[in-house]
Amino acid sequence: MYGTVSRRAVGAAMSEQMTGAQSLIRSLERAGVDTIFGIPGGAVLPAYDPLLDSKQIRHILVRHEQGAGHAAQGYAQVTGKVGVCLATSGPGATNLVTPLADAHMDSVPIVAVTGQVSSSAIGTDAFQEADIRGITMPITKHSFLVTNPADIPRTVAEAFHIASTGRPGPVLVDVAKDALQAMTTFDYPTQLSLPGYRPVTRPHGKQIREAARLIAAAQRPVLYVGGGVIKANASAELARLADLTGIPVVTTLMARGALPDSHPQHLGMPGMHGSVAAVAALQRSDLLITLGARFDDRVTGRLDTFATGALIIHADIDPAEISKNRHADVPIVGDCREIISELIAAVETDCAAGRAGEHAAWSEWSRGLAERYPVGYDVPEDGSLAPQYVIERIAAAAGPEATYVAGVGQHQMWASQFIGYERPRSWVNSGGLGTMGYAVPAAMGAQVGAPDRVVWAIDGDGCFQMTNQELATCALEGIPIKVAVINNSALGMVRQWQTLFYEGRYSHTDLHTSSASRGIPDFAKLAEAYGCVGLRCDKPGDVDKVVAEAMAVDDRPVVVDFGVHRDAMVWPMVAAGTSNDAILIARDLAPVWDREEEQ
Amino acid sequence: MSRHTLSVLVENTPGALARISGLFARRGFNIESLAVGPTEHADISRMTIVVNVEAQPLEQVTKQLNKLVNVIKIVQLEPGAGVERELVLIKVRADAGTRGQVLETVQLFRAKVVDVDPEAVTIEATGNPDKLAAMLRVLEPYGIRELVQSGMVAIGRGGRSITDRTLRPVTQTG
Repeated sequence: MYGTVSRRAVGAAMSEQMTGAQSLIRSLERAGVDTIFGIPGGAVLPAYDPLLDSKQIRHILVRHEQGAGHAAQGYAQVTGKVGVCLATSGPGATNLVTPLADAHMDSVPIVAVTGQVSSSAIGTDAFQEADIRGITMPITKHSFLVTNPADIPRTVAEAFHIASTGRPGPVLVDVAKDALQAMTTFDYPTQLSLPGYRPVTRPHGKQIREAARLIAAAQRPVLYVGGGVIKANASAELARLADLTGIPVVTTLMARGALPDSHPQHLGMPGMHGSVAAVAALQRSDLLITLGARFDDRVTGRLDTFATGALIIHADIDPAEISKNRHADVPIVGDCREIISELIAAVETDCAAGRAGEHAAWSEWSRGLAERYPVGYDVPEDGSLAPQYVIERIAAAAGPEATYVAGVGQHQMWASQFIGYERPRSWVNSGGLGTMGYAVPAAMGAQVGAPDRVVWAIDGDGCFQMTNQELATCALEGIPIKVAVINNSALGMVRQWQTLFYEGRYSHTDLHTSSASRGIPDFAKLAEAYGCVGLRCDKPGDVDKVVAEAMAVDDRPVVVDFGVHRDAMVWPMVAAGTSNDAILIARDLAPVWDREEEQ
Repeated sequence: MSRHTLSVLVENTPGALARISGLFARRGFNIESLAVGPTEHADISRMTIVVNVEAQPLEQVTKQLNKLVNVIKIVQLEPGAGVERELVLIKVRADAGTRGQVLETVQLFRAKVVDVDPEAVTIEATGNPDKLAAMLRVLEPYGIRELVQSGMVAIGRGGRSITDRTLRPVTQTG
């Protein structure tokens, strides 16, 4: 859609005179923007005036700038395009700090445009002044301050280029109010000059051949797949590589859906709450084929005990990730899709020459572990609701074509474990930063980005209370997200750690949100107050009926308050700072490794 | 720990120094010395950064620096392969009784006197860090009243330039 619009704009826009604000909106249109999440305020007011006239851009008025930022992330995660948010100076801009940091950690392409006080007032502690370019330096891929209106088109073009290429990430464009008000010439650049920004996308042929050689020689290889594979749209290539080699696959929290969970070689998620098979396969591997993953501490556990017998092939578009945490024996810098395509060709060549890898016994062993230790849970004996069951039933009703968005905590881990992801971009969550409150606004953005898909936010009672004001936005803007509040009346993950590591001393984790407790707030009533449908479910027998009821609503957001058993815990678990070898499948219960492994 | 000298070419834009110093602080790397100035290209500034780290963290430093959009190029100067210089201005106590000896030291280190007062002389000296340290040791007994020193600047020996070909790449917009 925006392709044709922007081409028409080219002819008309040659050296046209207009205000900086008009130039900003025109530049955003030229960059292909169709949606902006934002809130106006003093310094950014000039930009909001021409926005009213834009036929290409839909502006969605959010209730808090953090909501705008996470919505832009959700939009970007499901579309692969750059998400955009807009805020005013000072507090408007600082409210974007959390989403920018989140997008930086999870490599999500967003552009945040902020108004700044007039250039003559910068540095004077003016009303609503904050040095947002400076504040966001460590949490953005790049940040700009524009004081000359003539620089607006070039800066916008550079911001979108930087956000969307190489390792994607957030870019901030701060524009002084006088630059928005002044008259300028609109001249959108066709070429950019960024001498310090040259991401490498083509992998080195020698490294590819070396990787293929290691793959052929390995006896216990694992494909360790991270979010980079989804960012590179390389799922089809990954499936071909997996099928070609027969090598077991693990997908990290950021990569859920990169390979269908139903794929027979898929062992699940690795890490602190990963499956036994995924964790054990990595630990015993002799070759990790690492694709767009970064050896995060939540995956490796205690680093010096992680996969100690494995050689490492590390493919990533960001050279700084390679050998950052774990030394790479074969470093490959490049775009994951190109890397995997070339790996396929190299492995095929090796196979044709009779150098196919031999790891059938290994694949069978890891498969056996996956079958023996599927992620599971105990049904509460008192007849109360198991949170995992709720999530399973939502997944059964909404299916793999839906988009699932999580907050952060126990419900996030269960949503990763108990929903079968069959396609990339069906799972949206805050992985690196772990931002509670991510789900509702990100679901809003995900619904706008993929309006034909059912969007389920799997949220917690703690998370939900941090950002649920965006339900008003959803209700008014016709964004019919569905929110499942997995309500255990507590900050569940913190409570779990207090149970396990602080002798059950529950210091300040009780939120009193269950109807059995104080019931504050009443989530169903809160939903109704926001113009949403509010539902409640406390009994296992009612879950399917209530989920069906929620699925039937398509003109408004729905919030379902699922009152769940509060002592449910996330298993398996590797305690923080310990080795992945110490994985437990329940409290004080380690998996039994089979006899061949023990010897 | 060992000493490494990095020559960093950066776009001459506001905030570039803050980004670079911020990155060092954030990732826990200590800057031993830092000097910034213009180059033969108006758009490019050059920083000479001396860091004290092991080889492996140094690789992380340069990779992280390279990720900064304003950083154009980083060259690590091999020890001995370049000319390294610092500038120091020293105010040394020198009355009629000691002035002769102080001036002799100035001569010895090919430094020069830039200001004289009945009680003190101000000395300007350039050199590599070793030479300046040696001179300071000799001057110390007379009483150093004030001292200011620049960061180290360094340049590789030979005819090649690290600023060649740095402005060429141009990216197509999508």
